[in-house]
Amino acid sequence: MRSIVNVPKTARAGEVIEIKTMIAHPMETGYRTGTNGATIPRNIISRFVCTYDGEEVFSAELFPAIAANPLIAFTTVAVQTGTLTFAWTDDSGVTETTTAEITVI
Amino acid sequence: MAAEAAADPKAALERRLGRRDLLAGVVSVATLVMVRPAVARPSLDAAVALFAGGREVQPGRVRFDIPPLVENGNAVGVAITVDSPMTEADHVKRIALFNEKNPQADMALFHLGPRAGRAAVSTRVRLATSQTVVALAEMSDGSVWSSSANVVVTLAACIEDLL
Repeated sequence: MRSIVNVPKTARAGEVIEIKTMIAHPMETGYRTGTNGATIPRNIISRFVCTYDGEEVFSAELFPAIAANPLIAFTTVAVQTGTLTFAWTDDSGVTETTTAEITVI
Repeated sequence: MAAEAAADPKAALERRLGRRDLLAGVVSVATLVMVRPAVARPSLDAAVALFAGGREVQPGRVRFDIPPLVENGNAVGVAITVDSPMTEADHVKRIALFNEKNPQADMALFHLGPRAGRAAVSTRVRLATSQTVVALAEMSDGSVWSSSANVVVTLAACIEDLL
């Protein structure tokens, strides 16, 4: 799984910053049938968590109605210079983690 | 027998039509049964009521941006903004998206807190057909607010087969 996160490099203390995240994932719904007529098993990213220096600031539970390569955009307050960690977990239990540094001036 | 049918052709015609109508009826009922999804999903109202947990769902405070007409239901951009100061005392706890006609009523559930700064999330969803989509927000004081939108979809998503 490949992921892209867009976080501003610097922000003023207390500023609300917008974070955009995207991950390459088919988000197979489990409602489709393949060429052999059998149902293609469901495999979606069901959980997304964003932590700021270890503290959870945003999370999402996703269902098959979320489009392939799920894009999630949200906001958080830049409180201190630190690390934002993003984790996506899919049905097969694989977790993709990526981080971004932010400098608060 | 032949003489009887010839003597009363109108009655014979009615008998034949009746049988044909019956056959058509059986076929249409069978089609309805086949088209119905294998697993029954809760209705939109039931899903909203489950999220609200017995509390009153009030219209307002939620701004739900979704295009009214989409060509491709495979990826429809949605943005939800909730009117809230997002302080420790008064903030949005959860934002949920439900649909009317996809195979599953739930679409996404977002957990927010005062550290979000603003109650604004956006994502891309799949829509199986033209339908109503509802965005709900649960506040820290327990109140539930909603906003719904009707979307017309020209190309469906979710349930189409692979080529």
